[in-house]
Amino acid sequence: MRSAVITFPASNCDRDAAVALEQITGRKTEMIWHRETTLPAGIDFVVLPGGFSYGDYLRCGAMAARSPIVEDIVKKAKGGLPVAGFCNGFQILCETGLLPGALMRNASLKFVCKPQSLNITNGASRFTSAYKDQKDVTIPVAHHDGNYFADKQTLDMLEKSGRVVFKYNGNPNGSARDIAGICNEGGNVLGMMPHPERAVDPMHGGTDGINLFKSVLESF
Amino acid sequence: MKAIIHVGLKPGVLDPQGRAIARSLVDLGFNGVKDARQGKVIELDLTHADKAAAQKDVTNMCEKLLANTVIESYRITIED
Repeated sequence: MRSAVITFPASNCDRDAAVALEQITGRKTEMIWHRETTLPAGIDFVVLPGGFSYGDYLRCGAMAARSPIVEDIVKKAKGGLPVAGFCNGFQILCETGLLPGALMRNASLKFVCKPQSLNITNGASRFTSAYKDQKDVTIPVAHHDGNYFADKQTLDMLEKSGRVVFKYNGNPNGSARDIAGICNEGGNVLGMMPHPERAVDPMHGGTDGINLFKSVLESF
Repeated sequence: MKAIIHVGLKPGVLDPQGRAIARSLVDLGFNGVKDARQGKVIELDLTHADKAAAQKDVTNMCEKLLANTVIESYRITIED
């Protein structure tokens, strides 16, 4: 699997994502600057990393979602290319419209940064199949704007169609229906607030992030 | 020509910042405050000569970037 990580001004988890991908795929990760207009040929998986693209000015992820490379990613994601956005990457995916809803300020108005227990609500997705029978995982969260919002109709649709992939055990940010991560209709685009790339080495305090990347790798 | 754009959360969307503002005002003794909503104001300096054209352009800007219409609504005022 050839993977790419996009770097925006003020991305700060791009290297973590690249290191995680290299550990799991055994291949070098392509680092792509946001001003590029097309992904290199042969990329199988794209990660939009966490951070504070454009300083969170205007709205989290709003400006990054309109950058040249994202236009190409949106087009290819609609054609089936697997794409995952973690934290700021999730905010960017919602801003592009690839995923429904929006991420708002945490209900507590506080930045939350801690290991977070999650329930895998769809273990058959392209991003969770390697977890097998594991129902709960611990993956760190670190965000100020992770309060997922969508109207009732959208939330019902997401739940009924198995597009809610992760839910929080103990909601840290006020997200509607405890939603921590969702995928698109095709199942090839995942957005989640927790950081799986920060849980791939025992030194991180846990390795529950590994199987997420493994799931993508095994899906080819 | 100037465009002044008010962007705010749609009615019904929980505004935790607005709620914190309202609570603080009540704590300060302003008991007449029932609720608060927080938004933002964006001022644009435009080179447009025609008001209608400016209105149309700024509406496009709001739809494309300045507001997230999933959760936000906007109001545009064009000034000479």
